[in-house]
Amino acid sequence: MALIRNRELAQDDWVYLEDDTPVPAEGGVIVSRARWQAERDVLAGRNAPIGVRLAPGDGPEVVAADAGRLDLVAIPFDHFKDGRGYSTARLLRQRHGFTGELRAVGNVLRDQLAFLERCGFDSFEYAGATDPAAALRAFDEISVVYQTAVDRRATAAARRNHPSQAFANGTSG
Amino acid sequence: MYLYDEIDQSLVDERVVQFRDQVRRRMSGELSEDEFKPLRLMNGVYLQLHAYMLRVAIPYGTLSSEQLRKLAWIARKYDRGYGHFTTRQNLQFNWPALENLPDILAELASVQMHALQTSGNCIRNVTADQYAGVAADEVVDPRIHAEIIRQWSTLHPEFSFLPRKFKIAVTGASADRAAVKVHDIGLVAKRNPAGELGFEVIVGGGQGRTPMVGPTIREFLPERHLLSYLEAVLRVYNQLGRRDNMYKARIKIQVHETGVAAFTEMVEREWEAIRDSAVDLPAGERERIAAYFIAPRYAPPGDAVATHTRHLAEDAAFARWVETNVAPHRAAGYAIANISLKPIGGVPGDATAEQMEAVAALADRFSRSEIRVTHEQNLVLPHVRQDDLYAVWQTLRAYDLHTPNLGLISDIIACPGLDYCALANARSIPLAQQISERFADLDRQHAIGELKVKISGCINACGHHHVGHIGILGVDRKGEEYYQITLGGSGAEDASLGEIIGPAFASDRVVDAIETLVEAYLGVRTDGERFLDTYRRVGADPFKEALYGAH
Repeated sequence: MALIRNRELAQDDWVYLEDDTPVPAEGGVIVSRARWQAERDVLAGRNAPIGVRLAPGDGPEVVAADAGRLDLVAIPFDHFKDGRGYSTARLLRQRHGFTGELRAVGNVLRDQLAFLERCGFDSFEYAGATDPAAALRAFDEISVVYQTAVDRRATAAARRNHPSQAFANGTSG
Repeated sequence: MYLYDEIDQSLVDERVVQFRDQVRRRMSGELSEDEFKPLRLMNGVYLQLHAYMLRVAIPYGTLSSEQLRKLAWIARKYDRGYGHFTTRQNLQFNWPALENLPDILAELASVQMHALQTSGNCIRNVTADQYAGVAADEVVDPRIHAEIIRQWSTLHPEFSFLPRKFKIAVTGASADRAAVKVHDIGLVAKRNPAGELGFEVIVGGGQGRTPMVGPTIREFLPERHLLSYLEAVLRVYNQLGRRDNMYKARIKIQVHETGVAAFTEMVEREWEAIRDSAVDLPAGERERIAAYFIAPRYAPPGDAVATHTRHLAEDAAFARWVETNVAPHRAAGYAIANISLKPIGGVPGDATAEQMEAVAALADRFSRSEIRVTHEQNLVLPHVRQDDLYAVWQTLRAYDLHTPNLGLISDIIACPGLDYCALANARSIPLAQQISERFADLDRQHAIGELKVKISGCINACGHHHVGHIGILGVDRKGEEYYQITLGGSGAEDASLGEIIGPAFASDRVVDAIETLVEAYLGVRTDGERFLDTYRRVGADPFKEALYGAH
């Protein structure tokens, strides 16, 4: 499994913590949503990055109130066909103001990457069987977007109506 | 009609390159069939019983003559010389080879066409009234908003992995020719008392194994909010729609289980949060798209009507075709000409390359180079001067496209059925052919009047049997093909679901059963009463009695 972050292959500097493993003093850890809810103050009081891995089916409301305290939220895709995480990501970014790392985990395949990125994910635990470096090309295969999304790319409509400005600044999400 | 600019063209061109790479990875073995499946599905490629099938999008059923000629060319070069028009206004090629699919998509892109989102659990190709822009009873040309929806839904980042497929239909007229009440979302354009344009929003209709007539969740949505409202509906559905059981994953199940009021409240709450964000189109874009749908400048009628009247008097066969297949046009001296793809004994919706080219040539000469595809699997020339109708008909006759049976018993909708489809339980096409042949006599068909027969080869209901005046559903009974008959369905503005009349019939009995039903109808109808209206008036009993008698 390879980690893609901001469209590059990256070293994973986060560690997943089992629910019964003691919390280390240092280093970024990702805990389950259940553990986060049970030990929130202890975990947030640590002087190190903290991340939460949502459970399948968890909506954004599960961590919405903590959006400002979390450094990472991992959203699971147990099967690529389960697209709930796309909405969860958009809402965390656009409605709840989450600005930390938003990570797609699970059955994350090459041909989902561009959709995921548009919804606000910036890191991906790539599960594809093929060369992850080749998968990076998937981000740029389609240059046209018709919808406003989290990535603030200029939509087709914005480019048509304000060509120079749209190319320079993007459009509001 | 809408024309791509450089931006639209880039997308379809890039999509071809992307799919070419996906096919290359599949053919080299880098992708398994399982991994390839979601990729091909999003480009309209199915693996059917005998071969791959490619479903080409014809957004809201509007085609140029150039596009139709290209489809004919593809049919000849890459298929077996024909294509099949579907109930969602698309066209299917049944025999393309996998390695040719990228080239076919490139050919389509060269005439501003694609196969995007004609399958898969995404927002499917949007459909609309085939008389858009020419119907007399229209508030607005629904293709404006259908095109807006087409663009918004294309490769939507949030809604490409929905619980299940999602179909949107739009009409701008009071007569519903787009079956909006049996779609995941149906939109009916209307004006409020202040004269402003907006939409009635119907959510959660559908056919399949759990047919439902969709409830209206909003009586009037101001036009400018269309996309944000759709986004709100889709977001609620994407988050809450069932993913544990594909048979319960359509939005109709969610609306039903949540309750219409509670579901509506969820949508409205979501919409409140996004209605004034940038989801809706920026100023100017709606007008830019609408400009492509401004009505053509029609010539003054002159003596078109008089000439047409003379043709009618001189040729009874022509007059019969006009009576059934020609509809009133909003412009004086013009007409809407329907082209039946249901010749007696033919395969419903099939057209050969030669027929497609003949229709394209007619469109160039007589209909502003424009063709429409109907959800009832026929074609339309939308802008024909009345005095040209005779020449149009003569050409149609030379290509066996002149059958005067629109809306009659032989104008049958049928899914591909067990002849092609991997899901089917029974054949649909041969049954449609047999019914058509049994009622081949056009005098008899005309005497029977409007009667919509719709046949599905399985419970997925691609042949719309639930909304047939007579619906026929193929079922498998211990390896034998049986057919269950429903009566009283309608997919129009008076939408209703058909009711099962009784035990199913073996394949060699079903045509007799249809004839028995028709005779029973003729025995109890009042003057001018359609089959559907008779059924609604007298109920099922006379039909049950005729079919099953004392048994």
